[in-house]
Amino acid sequence: MNEQALKEFLYKMADDTLIIGHRNSEWTGMGPILEEDIAFSSMAQDQIGQSLALFTLLHQLGEQEPDTVAFMRNANQFHNCILTELPNQEYDFSIVRHFLYTTSATLRWDMCTHSSYEPLAQLAKKVKGELRYHSLHARTWIQQLGSATEESISRLQRSLELAMPYALGIFEESPFEKELVAQHIFEGEKRLMEKWLSAIEEVLGKTQLVIPDLKLIQPVLGGRKGQHSEHLQPLLDEMSEVFRTEPGAEW
Amino acid sequence: MFDSKQILEWLEEVKDPEIPVLSLVDLGVITRVEFKENKWFVDMTPTFVGCPAMDYMKQDVERVLQEHGIKDFEVRVTLADTWNSDKISEKGRLALKQFGLAPPPGLSTLIDDLSILEHVACPRCNGTHTELRSPFGSTLCRSIHYCHECKEAFEQMKPLGHD
Ligand SMILES: [Zn+2]
Repeated sequence: MNEQALKEFLYKMADDTLIIGHRNSEWTGMGPILEEDIAFSSMAQDQIGQSLALFTLLHQLGEQEPDTVAFMRNANQFHNCILTELPNQEYDFSIVRHFLYTTSATLRWDMCTHSSYEPLAQLAKKVKGELRYHSLHARTWIQQLGSATEESISRLQRSLELAMPYALGIFEESPFEKELVAQHIFEGEKRLMEKWLSAIEEVLGKTQLVIPDLKLIQPVLGGRKGQHSEHLQPLLDEMSEVFRTEPGAEW
Repeated sequence: MFDSKQILEWLEEVKDPEIPVLSLVDLGVITRVEFKENKWFVDMTPTFVGCPAMDYMKQDVERVLQEHGIKDFEVRVTLADTWNSDKISEKGRLALKQFGLAPPPGLSTLIDDLSILEHVACPRCNGTHTELRSPFGSTLCRSIHYCHECKEAFEQMKPLGHD
């Protein structure tokens, strides 16, 4: 097995999960209603646990301790897609981002249940069950708000247009795409994107929302190579500050 | 010399800190107790990957083993035999209900759109005139429901599995 390809793949999954988990945790105490507060906090807790599990796999492959890798790297060493690091903004943007991201993550983990790298396949089986609830949550809100009032529809539509170029950046190809596919570690970003498109079309088709014409969108790339927006470093500083002041704290 | 049955009995005293009436054995979190190469191995698996109580429960298992005079042991957390909500024993399901938490429906009925969460039997009145309020509750493994008979909210230990 090409270990470099595998590690690169695990890092990008772990970083996506950790960063979106941190953003979701920022809704704690800020949600528009109590249920949403709890939902985003719970999803954050799931995601941070899942990222820790991925960093543990990396540690078993010879990388540094999970805490060190999670909290001691700089922005240019992170491989998360830029979508995950964007600030939460208003609730409509967060829910649209959550929907676009979670749909991709659910499909990615599902594909990982067939990975030739057995520890990942095992973890994926577990995580898949958890993500079902994240998907359910995202779909429910998109379907409700996306067919409710004129205002909620137009706000969601605006957020969808804003998020879409970044969402396409989820599927930025890795330099090891061929190796990952050939060694059956992962079926590849192209395949994932196809599945993702048909999944989001299915949900959005039940609403008044319109998917922007993808041919006219320039995907925002770079995250997978460590080229990030200005929003990532402040997030990392905040995350590691909590870690540095309480080493060994539950996170 | 003791056997694994004896050890499982001792481990009955370790409870899930979030549901103090439910032992880890009944929850299905203890997946294996085995004597190998002069050493006892106890395997545990998390209900949710991010379960914050896992470290605490592991320490509790270690404490119980020590208190019963077992010297050579290793408690491992593993995903080799993953947890799903069907692993909760009958005794465990009853304990959940008495605690006021609806036990999870069997996974054979878990369909993909999770509409099964819509008419969960209320742990108070057993009625099914209930609705899902949120798939996320006060802990990772719970969902929030509302009973139209009792006119009160309740929580369920939600079904979790993989197909
Ligand atoms: Zn009732």
